[in-house]
Amino acid sequence: MSSIGLLIILSIYLALLFVIAHWAEKRGNSKWTNNPYVYSLSLAVYCSAWTYYGSVGVAANSGLNYLPIYIGPIMIIPAWIIILRKIIRISKVNKISSIADFISLRYGNSRFLGALVTLICIFGILPYIALQLKAIAETFHVVTKTSIHSNIFNDTTTYVAIALALFASYYGTRYVDASEQRKGIVTAVAMESLLKLFFFLLIGIYVTFFVFDGFDDIYAKASLLENFKEKNTIGGIPQAINWFFLCILSLFAIFLLPRQFQMAVVENNREGHIKTAVWLFPLYLLLFNLFVYPIAWGGNILFEGKQVNPDTYSLLIPQFFDNQIVTVLVFLGGFSAAISMIVVSSIGLSTMLSNNLLIPYGFLGRLQSEVQENNTTKIVNIRKVGIFSLIILAYFIYRVFVLEYNLFSIGMVSFVIIAQLAPAFFGAILWRRGSRNGAVTGIVIGFIICTYTLLVPYAIGITNFERTFITKGPFGIELLKPFQLFGIDYLDPVPQALFWSLLFNCLAYLSVSVSFKGNYRERNYAEMFVDIDKYITMHENAFIWKGTAYISDIQKVLNKFLGIENTKKTLNTFRIKYNIDKNQELADARLIKFAENLLTGHIGTASAKILISSVVKEEKVSLPEVLKILEESRENIIINKKLTETSNELKEISSQLKNANEALISKDKQKDEFLDTVTHELRTPITAIRAASEILHDDEDIPEDVRKQFLQNIISESDRLNRLIDKILDLEKFETGKQKIYAANADIIQTILKAINPLQQLIANKNIALKFQQHQENIYTVYDEERIIQVITNLLSNAIKFCPDENGEINITVNSNNSDTTISVYNNGPNINPADIDAIFDKFYQSENQNIKKPIGSGLGLAITKQIIEFHKGNIWVINHSPKGVTFTFTIPNINSF
Amino acid sequence: MKKILIADDEPNIIMALEYAFRKNNFEVFIARDGKEAIDILQTQIPDMIILDVMMPDIDGYATIQFIKNEQKLKDCKVIFLSAKNKPEDIQKGLSLGADAYITKPFSVKKLIEQVSTFLID
Repeated sequence: MSSIGLLIILSIYLALLFVIAHWAEKRGNSKWTNNPYVYSLSLAVYCSAWTYYGSVGVAANSGLNYLPIYIGPIMIIPAWIIILRKIIRISKVNKISSIADFISLRYGNSRFLGALVTLICIFGILPYIALQLKAIAETFHVVTKTSIHSNIFNDTTTYVAIALALFASYYGTRYVDASEQRKGIVTAVAMESLLKLFFFLLIGIYVTFFVFDGFDDIYAKASLLENFKEKNTIGGIPQAINWFFLCILSLFAIFLLPRQFQMAVVENNREGHIKTAVWLFPLYLLLFNLFVYPIAWGGNILFEGKQVNPDTYSLLIPQFFDNQIVTVLVFLGGFSAAISMIVVSSIGLSTMLSNNLLIPYGFLGRLQSEVQENNTTKIVNIRKVGIFSLIILAYFIYRVFVLEYNLFSIGMVSFVIIAQLAPAFFGAILWRRGSRNGAVTGIVIGFIICTYTLLVPYAIGITNFERTFITKGPFGIELLKPFQLFGIDYLDPVPQALFWSLLFNCLAYLSVSVSFKGNYRERNYAEMFVDIDKYITMHENAFIWKGTAYISDIQKVLNKFLGIENTKKTLNTFRIKYNIDKNQELADARLIKFAENLLTGHIGTASAKILISSVVKEEKVSLPEVLKILEESRENIIINKKLTETSNELKEISSQLKNANEALISKDKQKDEFLDTVTHELRTPITAIRAASEILHDDEDIPEDVRKQFLQNIISESDRLNRLIDKILDLEKFETGKQKIYAANADIIQTILKAINPLQQLIANKNIALKFQQHQENIYTVYDEERIIQVITNLLSNAIKFCPDENGEINITVNSNNSDTTISVYNNGPNINPADIDAIFDKFYQSENQNIKKPIGSGLGLAITKQIIEFHKGNIWVINHSPKGVTFTFTIPNINSF
Repeated sequence: MKKILIADDEPNIIMALEYAFRKNNFEVFIARDGKEAIDILQTQIPDMIILDVMMPDIDGYATIQFIKNEQKLKDCKVIFLSAKNKPEDIQKGLSLGADAYITKPFSVKKLIEQVSTFLID
């Protein structure tokens, strides 16, 4: 394929990415860009060109050694649910935008430490970016069958690098607040992750099933090759130890690589996304490794004895069979892998470079005297230039240094350098005592050791200068041989360098931290980092600060970076959150922390602290005091929590009391009404008796028939009085639970007939048509027959009373299903006032207009009826029919226990 | 002959009162509730009306309000006869314009004396 043709394809591809990034940036919060799958796929930025091409190279040369790079992450990924979540929480509340920020903030806003971490990262990652550019350049030349031009300005790959640098610097610096999320980049990276996997699977399937006849065929042919056996065994214990260290190395890398921190922490916008990443990302890695082996050995079979770079097998194989489409697609996949790594890494690095090195050490003074608009432009420009120059610098490194080494070994060196941050990083979230000095000492010592054991020998390798340094040790001291330090000769260079550097790094970190007291600020942050879950909602409360500061001064500083309007708005939100008076002039610790946070995203933690410190007067706090305050604040948080709980409980109890009280008052009122009703009811017959008796007593010449009638009245009124008293006592018995139910299995049909019988005469007198609809002959169920007769009698009596004088109708219906027996009594009399329907069964029921006499008589009948039904665990209710007619219905369960 | 209207929903009480007032030379009209009382008042102008308070449909309070609004009934005396004996009940009855409020149970003799006193004036 011609260079021009491939360049055109590349331009189209890059343009496509631009479009995707642009689209995603615009719809930042749609479900297409903001979902756990995009997050998980964006993490696959881990799979760079090194994975894409390098794994095949390693598998072809040395068998299984490419695997630890994937096993390490897969081992630690389940722990993300705890560790990564913690890191994300810390970063979100503190507006952390890079790993340098993270470490420097934890160790007391240390400017030096931030700069040190930045330098380590740049040192480790620049060659790594160079490696990606090398991959692009080399594969470009493979696909176009051209060779690398010695004049870089004539080499097309130079222009590819420049285009990349422009893309990254444009999209990587959309926001001045570096802790903001870059949806465009994330979505584009996720897209590329899909593409590179797809293209890699494509070439895998192509090689396995089209070039060869499946896995078995490749295995059969490969096993005939020289060294097949040696290359495909793990080796003995020494080799296993090598593997172990390589796994550890990649395990650290997945946390510490700036691009991983960028994607996993800074660009994360929902903790819950981790849950998907925990299974999807390992699955992705697994799929990516599925065809590494077949491609590698397929290449070994096809190109046996020829001098070709196994890194490029996946391109050479389709090219060998003249399949240009597959070749170009594979190249695009590798290109994707490379550029996503380059773009994301350079964004991360440039943020560190600006926020942790350039601004705190150089530009801060100038930023301080500017207005917001200028500052924003300036900060963004620093980052733009940073990204651009990092990529260009990486390109030069590639052209000048790394031509000699394969992808795998350069990547490994990067990993070892970055791994030096591990003790300080993990110590930051796990160990309160870890101190700034410990972290600095550890990182410096670790870096020196890996320089000695790895960088220097590699540099010597490039220049072919004084090899005796490696083979015999410096000045002939065998113990100091860089690849076999202190006589350990069974480790490969990379695991060896990792082992020694990390060992001394850790020891230095631990011993310095334990031996020397840190300052109060780092101890304060240690608490906040280690116990982030405790402080997450009100983390400003956990910040300890003493001194004098004026809100107006702080506001002035914030104005310069956030703008006047924004600052005002944010401060208002803050005041509301902590309930601070608007007119308060003095700032407290919470505001200081809040202000530092606001600035952190723009200029990094260290500069934020410097700026705020410049306008406030801080008093030193002693370490014991910090611990005491923290202890208190923690206790306060606990006490506050308890207080809130107690006060909630109290609230609940008081509302319960209120309800109970209201119930009591209403009961009391009901009781009064009940007494009223009862006395009224009692007085009525007494009045009649008294009047009749008086007349009988006083009037001597009363006619005989009148005398008899009066005496009869006295008898019936006395009976009425007696019945009333019985009812009251009955009700009282039910109320107090003294009433006994004598339940037995009986036929409800018979019971109803028994109730109807005594009323027959009354029904006939009023010319009422009584219908008793029974669908079954017998319905046996368990109840107290005497009581149920009382209920039915009561309902029937009411029905008779309410029936119109002409054409009165009463229907009794019985139904029984598996669980209940239902009895309804209908009459065609007037409706019950809807307002009274709910209260009609109350023993104290009085209709709203209390002087309208209820025709139900004492009104106690329905109350007793209800009590009886409830004693049977049944229900009773009443409904009005339109335009007239009323049905009383009650149910009793068929299975009952008393 | 003086006319008296008795409105009460208790038949036995009515029977006693009817007998006693007849015996004392009253012309007696009987109503079982407020509605019947108002019906009778369309055609009759009694000298005395005895009202129960708690009656079905239209109670004593509503009935006296009707009476007090009726010009031709302005000379009728009204006595409440009720089992509601709380001070506020009595107060309410009197405030509606009743000439007396007698609580049940009552003495028939005293009631007749009281009614007679009212009618002498």
